[in-house]
Amino acid sequence: MSDTSRFFDEMSRADGGHRPPYDAYSAWFHGEDLRDLRKKSEDAERFFRRTGITFNVYGQAEADERLIPFDIVPRIISGREWSRLTRGIEQRVRAINAFLHDIYHRQEILRAGRVPVELIARNDAFLPQMIGMSPPGGVYTHIVGVDLVRTGEDDFYVLEDNARTPSGVSYMLENRETMLQMFPELFTRIKVQPVQDYPVNLHRSLAASAPANCSDHCTVAVLTPGIHNSAYFEHAFLADQMGVELVEGHDLRIVGGKVQMRTTQGYRPIDVLYRRVDDDFLDPMNFRPDSMLGVPGVMDVYRAGGITIANAPGTGIADDKAIYSYMPDIVEFYTGEKAILQNVPTWRCGEADALAYVLDHLSELVVKEVHGSGGYGMLVGPAASKKELAAFRTKLMAKPANYIAQPTLALSTVPILTKAGLAPRHVDLRPFVLVAPDRITITPGGLTRVALKKGSLVVNSSQGGGTKDTWVLEE
Amino acid sequence: MLGKTAGGLFWMFRYLERSENTARLIEAGFRIALTRADGDDDEWTSVLQTAAVAHLYFQKYEQIEAARAIDFLLRDATNPSSVMSAIAAARQNARLVRTAITREVWEAVNDTYMILKQTLARPVSARDLPEVLALIRQQSALVRGAMHGTMLRNDIFDFCRLGTFLERADNTARILDVKYYVLLPSISQIGSSLDNVQWETILRSVAGMRAYRWINQGETNPKGIADFLIFDGRMPRSLAFSVGKIATNLGYLDRAYGLRHPSHDQIDVISARLTHGTIDRVFEDGLHEFITDFLADIARLGQQIETDYRFLG
Repeated sequence: MSDTSRFFDEMSRADGGHRPPYDAYSAWFHGEDLRDLRKKSEDAERFFRRTGITFNVYGQAEADERLIPFDIVPRIISGREWSRLTRGIEQRVRAINAFLHDIYHRQEILRAGRVPVELIARNDAFLPQMIGMSPPGGVYTHIVGVDLVRTGEDDFYVLEDNARTPSGVSYMLENRETMLQMFPELFTRIKVQPVQDYPVNLHRSLAASAPANCSDHCTVAVLTPGIHNSAYFEHAFLADQMGVELVEGHDLRIVGGKVQMRTTQGYRPIDVLYRRVDDDFLDPMNFRPDSMLGVPGVMDVYRAGGITIANAPGTGIADDKAIYSYMPDIVEFYTGEKAILQNVPTWRCGEADALAYVLDHLSELVVKEVHGSGGYGMLVGPAASKKELAAFRTKLMAKPANYIAQPTLALSTVPILTKAGLAPRHVDLRPFVLVAPDRITITPGGLTRVALKKGSLVVNSSQGGGTKDTWVLEE
Repeated sequence: MLGKTAGGLFWMFRYLERSENTARLIEAGFRIALTRADGDDDEWTSVLQTAAVAHLYFQKYEQIEAARAIDFLLRDATNPSSVMSAIAAARQNARLVRTAITREVWEAVNDTYMILKQTLARPVSARDLPEVLALIRQQSALVRGAMHGTMLRNDIFDFCRLGTFLERADNTARILDVKYYVLLPSISQIGSSLDNVQWETILRSVAGMRAYRWINQGETNPKGIADFLIFDGRMPRSLAFSVGKIATNLGYLDRAYGLRHPSHDQIDVISARLTHGTIDRVFEDGLHEFITDFLADIARLGQQIETDYRFLG
């Protein structure tokens, strides 16, 4: 736990004033009645329930659809701050795609000794099926989520890259929709860059990556594991917004060398499959034979150039936490420039010196599993009890290569609305990046996740995190 | 459209129709119980039979009892046709076909589910029952309104309508099936108070009380009621009306897709029987036999539609 006053707050300055991006918002806020705003907060919850923006919690009954709490105070970023961020994000995403192409072809970066061979060779995220295969348009990661944290006026760090199937974009869109409904007057006073064209951009971007043999009209479809998946709402939402079909594995079949979907008028071909199913489950013939979620043979069609799979299988090798620590090198290797966005300093516990340091400083560090996600299996040193530290030490020593450690970052805070008024809480930011063969599009803003518990640094929705609308101001 | 989506829409609207019809049956049963001098609960047995869940009820309870029967029909999770189960199934299907329905329709269904889940969390007392039933009726109207007001008139709409009217044809036929003996001229003692009550139950179950009286100037007789529910194309819950709608929507699909299926032949046969039939002929050949055949035809048609439009594979 932390005393939030020691942290960089994005709204208020230590001297009692506020930072410039919040000028107009602060003026508006101080003219509002707290009780009215509390009521708006409740309205927002009703609005979300009604829309059905819920997520299923694994292992709980279907009836337990949970709502990710929404806070009505926006997180505001100036246009200038944002353009700097986008340059860094674009550079990083280009490097990730170049890295993926290289790692599945000539592996120059390994030959140059910039990334150790065993990190790739012994990594489950590396798919041998992708070796020598070039995806249509050369795009590996059509959709990327880059998780950013801020610690000071000019200090942004990339916490994690999400190059497989990043989620959360539906919250970005619905959060804005909710704010527009609740506070229309705010949007007339403050010029906020729009996010609503994300679905159109997504469709355009996916269609631009279609296979060469695709007819004039490309058919895009979203592949979901099904109604019980925790992100089903998002899958349905995106299909709906793009005006394309939402398919499951059992709707699909390979007919005449194309992946086809069963329609009321027979089978119809699909050109681009935006899949929200993990690599392992994509094709029971090529990966996990017990998978009921995928399409038998889809990889063969893919290799023959009959379909675009977005994101490409095997992209996980680029967002692996062990690879992450090499990202500054990777960016430099492929772009010839220094990385604009900083990495969080990372100790790879598989290295003896690093492990020794981590064991000595366990109570100050955050230790993560290399392949973990969702904030599970993670140690937050400063918040852990002696017992938890001891237990984690044993786990770490048993399998050091399975972990990385990072300093506990002084995550910036943004106020949330509580019963007593505004109170600072820690946040992170996930901007969403679309990659097409001809361009990279970054939606202004992204998903701000906020740790609702006072002092908590864990923003994951599965562990008490909420979300906020993220405003990027017009310059 | 995906075959799975067509199936999801079809079932979503079958379940919505079913929830409304079950609510209507409860309303009819409750009304009869209130207006009858002898307080026996037999009427509930026939209500349960009409909803086709009597066997399930008796697996759970030994005796018929008004409060239990109401609870079983309204909110019992082990009864797949209870109002709550049907609404939950409709919403589950709506989630499945979320991309095919408008936001308004989805929100109306989701809203209905959330409101009823809260309202039906505990048993409903007799005192609150009328209000709860009215609420269910209002919510159904809301969903229907959202559908008519916001959805494109394309194949999506056709599958919704097919689900609605197949379920309705089945439900109305079932009411007639359970009560057919009351309508037989040979057995009924015309004008007895018992029969009046039974006839009233039938008409109330299909919300046709007022309409029937209006058309017949207050004259109530069994043949007239049977004619009204089977052949009257003006009555929105009659067999003729429901079958007409099924034929129309299958026809739209035929035109939209340019594909004629076995289900088109089946509906032609069912339609012809209703267009050319008369109530006298039905009574001559046997009302019970007529209804039994009709129910079997409708069930077969449902399966054929499922195959023709690839709901499952």
